[in-house]
Amino acid sequence: MNDNLRQLFSSNRHGVVLGCFALVVTAALALTQTATKSRIEYNEKIHRQKTLSEVLPAQWYDHPLDQFIVELPDNISGTNRTSYIAKINAIPQAVIISATATDGYAGNINLLVGILKDGTISGVRVTKHNETPGLGDAIELKRSEWIKSFDGKSLLSPIESGWALRKNNGEFDQFTGATITPRAVVNEVEKTLRFFNAVKTQLLAHE
Amino acid sequence: MNETSSTTVTNHDLPNAGVVNSGPSFKALLSAGLWSNNPALVQLLGLCPLLAVSNTAINGLSLGIATAFTVLLSNISVSASRRFILPDIRIPIFVILISGIVTMVSLLMNAYAHEMFLRLGIFVPLIITNCAILARAESFASKNTVFASTIDGLATGIGFAVVLVVLGAARELIGQGTLFADAHLLFANLSSAPLLNFGEQYRGLLIAILPPGAFILFGLLLVFKNLITNK
Repeated sequence: MNDNLRQLFSSNRHGVVLGCFALVVTAALALTQTATKSRIEYNEKIHRQKTLSEVLPAQWYDHPLDQFIVELPDNISGTNRTSYIAKINAIPQAVIISATATDGYAGNINLLVGILKDGTISGVRVTKHNETPGLGDAIELKRSEWIKSFDGKSLLSPIESGWALRKNNGEFDQFTGATITPRAVVNEVEKTLRFFNAVKTQLLAHE
Repeated sequence: MNETSSTTVTNHDLPNAGVVNSGPSFKALLSAGLWSNNPALVQLLGLCPLLAVSNTAINGLSLGIATAFTVLLSNISVSASRRFILPDIRIPIFVILISGIVTMVSLLMNAYAHEMFLRLGIFVPLIITNCAILARAESFASKNTVFASTIDGLATGIGFAVVLVVLGAARELIGQGTLFADAHLLFANLSSAPLLNFGEQYRGLLIAILPPGAFILFGLLLVFKNLITNK
């Protein structure tokens, strides 16, 4: 028996050694994962809440912003959109809707759009993009105040033709050397407002 | 591996400064990793992350620390287990060890420098493919003591990190007019204000931040290094 085992061992030496290394490394990984898990989850939660709170002033909610999440299909783009409902005393006051502009200069531009229940925008922020540094990245608040030009806008103000860049007789500034990026953002914010109009009875319904 | 091992330092290349254990001396190891056999400037290894992430000094520093930590741990674990490493399957063993270490480093970074982790994105897990690390395991750590490998790992890691920071600082300064902006992403108690700022009027030379700028400035860095070496 012992001899058989030894023979099995020596003929599979490579496999056994490789297996032992894999076992030790996996154990170390499992330990690290367990040790960091709660902290990573906490970081992600804080990061999500911080990003969400940037598009909606604190007066519109009395709970963590990622508490009420609704997924609804968007008939225009054919994709699902995530909406975060903001409530005071359990009565919906505003929503934050995730948006993705697919026609940026370099890939998708992810946005969060905060909309009050009367349809005015409380804030827009870019959460992820790959636009050209120094040109298209002026959509970040860190680089310019442009993204704040959406604050207080709605589908009624400006009216439909105003939801475009200035060079297309719209209300929004383009950047020097970059028009594709701001145009994509303006269009996507407008689409998000239309989505909000289409589903607002569902989003703002009392539970 | 032949290609890399021919350019890397082995026991034979290093002057033996009379150390009892007949291994390479502490000083020789340090100067090899930092200067004469620098992984980025001399071996030209691991250039993909080097060129991609060095758009600001703090990005470079973050990836530099993560890489240095990985090469240090990889060298220690490879040299500590070198008696069990069978020659035929040494590369798979190195890869298991290195990928495990990188995954640990990225978990730790996710936990303790979350924003930076998000900013570096795919380049943290991609440290696994940095062949400078595998080259150290193959040509040094698998043949030397834990102590010598630790020093070698430290020197190599710091040598790589310094190049990342220097290139990042140059690109940030030329392209953006700032130095060490957003340091709070890596060290929570530092301010996000840059160490040095040319001011709002400086529009920046855009190409320095874009990928071509990385190649051009890295080329200039190599010229500079060779000028000093060949003087």
